Amino acid sequence: MLNVSSVSAGYGGVPALSDVSLHIRPGEIVTIVGSNGTGKSTLARVISGLVRPTAGEIVFDGKRIDRLPPHEVVKLGLVHVPEGRHVFGKLTVEENLKLGAYTQSDSAAVRERLDYVCKLFPLLAERKNQKAGSLSGGQQQMLALGRGLMTNPRLLILDEPSLGLAPKLVEELFDSIKSISREGLTILLIEQRVLEALELSHRGYVLQNGRIVLEGPSRDLIDSDMVRKAYLGM
Amino acid sequence: MILQLATGGLLLGCIYGLVSMGLSLIYGVMGIVNFAHGAFVMLAMYASYWLSLFVGIDPVLGTPLVALLMFGFGIVVYRAIIGRVLRGPFLARLLVTFGLSIFFINMAQFLWSPDYRMVQKSISRGIIMLGPVFIELPKLVASIGSLIVAGLIYWFLRKTKTGLAIQAISIDRSAAALMGINLERLNAIAFGLGLACAGAAGALLASYYYIFPDVGTMFGLVALVAVALGGFGSTEGALIGAILIGIIETLGGFYVGPEYKYALIFLAYVLIVIARPKGLMGWGAD
Repeated sequence: MLNVSSVSAGYGGVPALSDVSLHIRPGEIVTIVGSNGTGKSTLARVISGLVRPTAGEIVFDGKRIDRLPPHEVVKLGLVHVPEGRHVFGKLTVEENLKLGAYTQSDSAAVRERLDYVCKLFPLLAERKNQKAGSLSGGQQQMLALGRGLMTNPRLLILDEPSLGLAPKLVEELFDSIKSISREGLTILLIEQRVLEALELSHRGYVLQNGRIVLEGPSRDLIDSDMVRKAYLGM
Repeated sequence: MILQLATGGLLLGCIYGLVSMGLSLIYGVMGIVNFAHGAFVMLAMYASYWLSLFVGIDPVLGTPLVALLMFGFGIVVYRAIIGRVLRGPFLARLLVTFGLSIFFINMAQFLWSPDYRMVQKSISRGIIMLGPVFIELPKLVASIGSLIVAGLIYWFLRKTKTGLAIQAISIDRSAAALMGINLERLNAIAFGLGLACAGAAGALLASYYYIFPDVGTMFGLVALVAVALGGFGSTEGALIGAILIGIIETLGGFYVGPEYKYALIFLAYVLIVIARPKGLMGWGAD
């Protein structure tokens, strides 16, 4: 479904990713783990078109997307929920969700999506007239996720969704991700919570200093010496 | 007396408000200060003048037409110049509108001479009494017109899908792009809307104000102060800041002396910015 081959990228000449290749099959949850500053977010930004790769190729559903602007990528059904949530704080919850559906012109379908998201996160329906900025961190994360789902994605990239959330909320969030995935959505999950993320996903990649150093089925990664030492503290 | 002055200030402030709203919108969305805003007010005044002279359209009635013309002109200027420069280095982004301003003012002097002109037969003329207050009808009409246009723009930004997208961009550009919003297209629309504000204000002003190449400069400067007062990126704040300035200008002009009226505006600006750098209602673009 998504094929990233030998992609490199950087900011102002400073390399952040070098020669990264990965692929995602339809229906999978794939996790990218790695510590802070290893290029995980850059990878997400490169895939969604916010950052232009300096080398390599990205193909989504048979179409090259590495030269497309972000709004074209979104239209293809590849949706990126950015790190740090980035909800539109001055706008209401409902307006945020409507912006998620910006590319959809069929208003009946938008209402259907809205119902679906409200069923998934009932809290958002309760607070739909509240300013997004007044929500708690966990609620904002739900909103960011809901807003992404409003776009009717086929591949959802979640960048550090658990960042800054209390453990109980993380659990809830991961449950939501699991249930979204069960409905057939393909998910690329970028996480610092290595163990939880790997337990949730089918396959994983370990990113270090902008390179992929290990890949494989999540179970194997959890059992691998490297992951256990570096990320799980065992 | 004070009531008379305050009314005058309020009326003037409404027009400043419309000009400022356009400036604020442009800043909020693309992060550039439109130093050419006053020059666009001037161009709209000339357009209005000629429409009345050659076509016989009254400036007030021609306001929607001039606003529409300026909207189109804004899209063209964005596509031809601003959009390209936005991709360039910081200094170019800072100075491009400044250069445009100098260009348009000198173009006006060159093509249309520095002479003062005035629309001769405007439909709104005369004076009405409202209790103890004299109100010049053209100023009243222009102010009400400004409020109507400002209200329309406000409604557009709050209630339409495109307006919501414009707000989203001014809050968080990259998040807006991730929603599938085409930044370039919306930038152009926002620039056009900003110029439509300047255009509508120019057309309304043309019904009673002298028209000459430098006429817009003070409006542009005042708008800049109003926007800074109200908080960069907040359209409501710009409107409130502008009305405040209108009142400071007329009251100060009377009690301190007309030669000091602009000095007082800028003094108020300096004081408020020292006390509240983000402006009264500011949140600004990042």
